[in-house]
Amino acid sequence: MSDLSGLYQELILDHSKRRVGDGALADPHASHHELNPTCGDEITLGLRLDASGTKVEAVGWQGDGCSISMASASALTELVVGSDVAHVRELIDGFRSMLRSQGAGEPDEDLLGDAIAFHGVSKYVMRVKCAMLSWVALEACLNAAVAAAGAAHAVPAGVTDASAPTPSEQA
Amino acid sequence: MTFESMTTSQPLDLASIRRDFPYLAQELNGFPLAYLDSGATAQRPVQVLDAERAFLEHANAAVHRGASTLVGTSTTAFEDARATVARFVGAGEREIVWAENATDAINIVALGMADAAAGLGGAEADVFRLGPGDEIVVTEAEHHANLIPWQRLAAKTGATLRWIPVDDDGTWNIDHAASVIGEKTRLVAFAHVSNVTGHVAPVTDVVELAHRHAALVVLDACQSVPHRPTDFAALGVDFAAFSAHKMLGPNGIGVLYGRAHLLDALPPARTGGSTITTVTMEAAEFLPSPQRFEAGTQPVSQAVGLAEAVRYLERLDMHRVHEHEVELAALMVDEVSRIPGVRLVGSGAGVERGALASVDVPGVHAHDVGQFLDSRGIAVRVGHHCAQPLHRRLGLRATTRASAYVYTTADEVRRFTAALGEVRAFFGVTGASA
Repeated sequence: MSDLSGLYQELILDHSKRRVGDGALADPHASHHELNPTCGDEITLGLRLDASGTKVEAVGWQGDGCSISMASASALTELVVGSDVAHVRELIDGFRSMLRSQGAGEPDEDLLGDAIAFHGVSKYVMRVKCAMLSWVALEACLNAAVAAAGAAHAVPAGVTDASAPTPSEQA
Repeated sequence: MTFESMTTSQPLDLASIRRDFPYLAQELNGFPLAYLDSGATAQRPVQVLDAERAFLEHANAAVHRGASTLVGTSTTAFEDARATVARFVGAGEREIVWAENATDAINIVALGMADAAAGLGGAEADVFRLGPGDEIVVTEAEHHANLIPWQRLAAKTGATLRWIPVDDDGTWNIDHAASVIGEKTRLVAFAHVSNVTGHVAPVTDVVELAHRHAALVVLDACQSVPHRPTDFAALGVDFAAFSAHKMLGPNGIGVLYGRAHLLDALPPARTGGSTITTVTMEAAEFLPSPQRFEAGTQPVSQAVGLAEAVRYLERLDMHRVHEHEVELAALMVDEVSRIPGVRLVGSGAGVERGALASVDVPGVHAHDVGQFLDSRGIAVRVGHHCAQPLHRRLGLRATTRASAYVYTTADEVRRFTAALGEVRAFFGVTGASA
C-alpha cells in the first residue's frame, strides 16, 4: 500500500478529477489522436500557437482513460500553455526522461514543476505508456504546428518527425 | 505420486496441488501472491518443467529427419505427445496438428481456406472454397484471434462476414444463432467458453444448426479444454483450437484439431520441408494430416511438456477440475454481486460460467483497479482482453478480470472481492452505484 501511494500521489488523483484542458480546442493549428491498444485508452489533443508561431497559446484535449493518463494530460496543459515552443520541447524531453528512469535519480523540479509527481509512475513499467499518451500527442501536434507555421512564413521545412517511442511507449 | 491418495469422490486436494507450483509460493508487493490470471496464462507444475528438461537432457534429436536411434527416440516422444493430447480431447492422432498457439491454429484454417479460394487444393478443397454470396458467421463476443482471421478471409474471398448478436450482458443463445445462420452460411466460428463473460456456448445445438446448412464449425476451445472434460468428436465440431500455456503446458505450442478427412483436404498455408511426398521444380504434393501442416522444425520439447501437462490434468481428473471451477465461479458471482458500485459482466447467479469474472467499477478505470489489486498481491488481467467489439457492445472500454484454475483457492477469490470492495473509496469515487 505504501508503494501505491507513491504511484497515486495526491496531485495525480487531483489532476485526474480536475482535468485541466478537457474539451475540444476550437481552430487548432494541429491535433493528434493517440491510442493505447492494450487498454483502449485514447486522447485527441489539439494545440494552437500564437501569431508569431513561437509560443503555445492554447491546448485542449478529449480523452478517455485511466487516472494516470488523464492526470498527465491535465498536468501537461497547465505546464505548456503560454510557454515558448523551445521550452515545450525541453518539457517533453524532460518528462520522457523522467518516465524512462525506472524510478532512478531525482526528477528536475525546476523544469517540470508539479509534473514530478509522475516520477513514481516510472517504476511501474506497464503504466509508463499511460503517462506518456498525452505527451506523445503533444509532440506530434507541436511538430505539425511548427511545420505549418514555418510553411506559412515561407521558411523551408526542416522539422523532423517525433522521436520514435520505445516499444513500451508505443500507443 | 502426488495424487495416488485421491479418489474420484473427493474434491481437489489444493494443498497438494499447490506444492507442485513453485511460482505460487511467491510474494507480490509484500502479500502472498494470489494468481488470478490463469485465463491469460496458467502456471506450470514441476512435473511439466521436469519433463521438458528431461527430454532435452536425454532424448532431443531432429524429429522425423534421418534414421538414427536418437531420432527414433525423439520422434517417438514427439508422436506419443500427439497421441496423449488426442486422447485428452476425443480425437484421432491424425486429427491433432501442432501450431504455435491457438491463434496460429485458427489462422491455419483461415489461410488454408483463402488458398482454396485462390484455386489451390483441387476438387477435394471445394468444401473450403468461399466466394461472393457466401457467409462466414462469428459472434459479437469473439476474441480477436477468432475474428480477425475471418475478417481477412472474407476480404480475400468476397464472402460476407456476419455475427451472432449478444444480449446486454454479453451472452447469446441458440435463438441468436438461428437468426444469423442460414443457407448462405459456409462457416461458423465461436468460442466454447468466453474469455470475458465466461459464457458457455450451446456447442452441440450450433453444430446441429450449422451442419443442417452444410456449414463448417470452428471452435475456439482456449477456455474450455483446460477447464472441463472436452470431447471434440462428441461435440461434432469440424475444427477446434487451444493453447498449451493455458493448460499448465509450455508457451510456443498450440493445437489445431480437425476431422481427419477435412484436414487431409485443407490446403497447407505454410509449406516447406517435411510436409511433402514428391517435389519437382514445378510443384509439390503434400502428405496427409498432420505432417502436411507441420513445415519446418517443430516445437518438440514443448509437445513433450504439453503431454505431461495433460497427464497431470488427467491424474487430477477433469471432472473434478470442472467441479472445482464451478464452485469458484459461483463464489465469484456471489461475492462480486454483493459489492456496491461494481458491475459484473456476463450472466448472474444460477447460470454456469467459466471460472472467471470480468468487472467494471464505474468511475475507476480498469488499469487503476488492477493496480490497486496488484498492490495487495492479487494478479488479475486488465484491458479489453482482446475483445474490443464485445466491450464496445457492453458500453465499456476495459474491464478487470479474475480467472481461476486448478490451484486457485476460495480464499484467493475472497481476497480479490474484498480488495475490489475497497477500490472506490481509494480513488475517491462516491455516488450512485452501477
